[in-house]
Amino acid sequence: MRGAKDQIVTPLRVLSIGTSLSIVLIVVALISLSMGPAKVSLVDILSWCAGMGSVDETASMILAKIRLPRILLAGLVGFTLSLGGVVFQVLLRNPLAEPFILGISSGAAIGAIGGIVLGLGFTVGVPLLAFLSALGTILLVMGISSRHGGLESSTLLLTGVIVNAFFTAIIMFFIATASDSRLHSMLFWLYGDLSQSKYIQLSICLPLVLIVSGVIYLFSRHLNLIVGGEQSALHMGVEVELVKWVSFIGISLITGVVVSFSGIIGFVGLIVPHLMRMILGPDHRVLLPASALGGAVFLIAADTVARTIISPSELPVGVITAFLGAPFFIYLLKKRGSQWTQD
Amino acid sequence: MDAGLKLKAVSFSYDAQWCLKGIDFELKGGELVGMIGPNGSGKSTLLRIMDGLLKADNGLVLLLNRPISTLRRHEVAKQIAMVPQETIFRFAFTVLEVVLMGRFAHRGLFPFEGKEDLEIARESMRLTGILDLERRSIHELSGGEKQRMLIARALTQKAQFILLDEPTSQLDIRHKVEIFELISSLARSQGFGAMVVSHDISLAAQYCHRMLLLNKGRICGIGAPDEVVTTDTISEVYQCPVLVDKNPITQTPRVTVLSRRAENNTATKPLRW
Repeated sequence: MRGAKDQIVTPLRVLSIGTSLSIVLIVVALISLSMGPAKVSLVDILSWCAGMGSVDETASMILAKIRLPRILLAGLVGFTLSLGGVVFQVLLRNPLAEPFILGISSGAAIGAIGGIVLGLGFTVGVPLLAFLSALGTILLVMGISSRHGGLESSTLLLTGVIVNAFFTAIIMFFIATASDSRLHSMLFWLYGDLSQSKYIQLSICLPLVLIVSGVIYLFSRHLNLIVGGEQSALHMGVEVELVKWVSFIGISLITGVVVSFSGIIGFVGLIVPHLMRMILGPDHRVLLPASALGGAVFLIAADTVARTIISPSELPVGVITAFLGAPFFIYLLKKRGSQWTQD
Repeated sequence: MDAGLKLKAVSFSYDAQWCLKGIDFELKGGELVGMIGPNGSGKSTLLRIMDGLLKADNGLVLLLNRPISTLRRHEVAKQIAMVPQETIFRFAFTVLEVVLMGRFAHRGLFPFEGKEDLEIARESMRLTGILDLERRSIHELSGGEKQRMLIARALTQKAQFILLDEPTSQLDIRHKVEIFELISSLARSQGFGAMVVSHDISLAAQYCHRMLLLNKGRICGIGAPDEVVTTDTISEVYQCPVLVDKNPITQTPRVTVLSRRAENNTATKPLRW
């Protein structure tokens, strides 16, 4: 009889996986910090991080004011979208689910593009409008789909898809009638743009993301039980409706906040959860932190490519997430299967 | 052990259509009750009312002398476990992981199981004979093994009552018998009260202490198997001609379905018995 340790999820296992992924995250962030039009060697980056000054003033400015906040925001956005992807896939019982599927993306986009049309700034005006319209959209979708206080997955999904389609039509109208100068900003926003990252955005996002992910983590066993069906989860003592409402609202809230600063970055919330499930298995006590950290790593890497590959110009990061992510995902899918069983 | 799971004059309706009417019943510790009745007679609804998932429109459901509607889900789950007909797990958890899920209601917010939980889960798996499957992915289990796993998960809940919703409907005869054997011996050894919904009337009659016959939302028979399962009541309630005689070995009622052809035969020439 083998020992119990390697069979069930223990705090130690979660901690060791979390620590290894955090180390990868730090390494990727340091490499990303060294890359860009102004070359700074990794050694210099390390000494700069340690507070020793072998880096000249301009480079130090670039690192502190431009690259670092951008890397941190990319990490936070990737973290949030992947975490949301895991939760939405389980609660909606759908492998295609990601945090945008209930209409948050098009909802935020309406606000952002409205803001761009009105000529608002990217520091306050555009993000604020994007966040408010994202929040309005998710409340609308949940309001339409709730019946007798319950949220039924397929109704919720269909409502989200329809609302998305409706808003996309409005977005296309704005794009078709936009002037060339604004068109560029709009398209970049729609495919994800991290070039406007500031520390102030981080200080808004970070506390919210931490609180919501903490609450979601306390639900990790609830989510495991919900995988076996909502009925049987209820029989085992899970307050399923409570878990659903809190999770949908919490995830939507943090997705809305990060998206209002980053624009729509697709694919992260879809593939990272699947990748992690293929590699680490379905237990959410491991899967939630692993996906969140994995999402941060993935988006930092993708954004580094986006801002360096055609330097001095940039690509929208969403282009890179799909371009790099899709082939890798297909490879793993062929090799390991989706890990989803159909009924 | 007076504090059972009691239903007092329970009625329930879906969209103004009566589904259950005037149900009085008590499930006691240590007994095995078989619930039978035609499709649509309200068996599953009654089970869900007993588990507090549906709220009765009239009447009371008392769990250990407290109205079940005042209890939270995790409080109910410590007293009542459910073995569903079938559970679809989208992802490949292992057998041990699924059985451990039964401990959910006993843990607080700290999301990890302790040594004690593991011992209880292993003991349940030993009792159901699946201890050597613990590392197996649930997608690799046969129908009988899956049912045993779900029973083990219910045992892990350490509940006083276990409700089983057609646990044998997907199984062949050998596995049907094995599951009934298992439930009845567990109810005796562990002392929980069990209610099993089944369409295998003869088999249920062999193992159950009492039978409950449901028809159109009303109880139309409750008591010892040979009082409830008779030619007249079963033929009438199921609207299907049957013959009930005694199983020559167990002396419990045995149901033989009479095909239309057999019926015609009886009409023309008298049966030999």
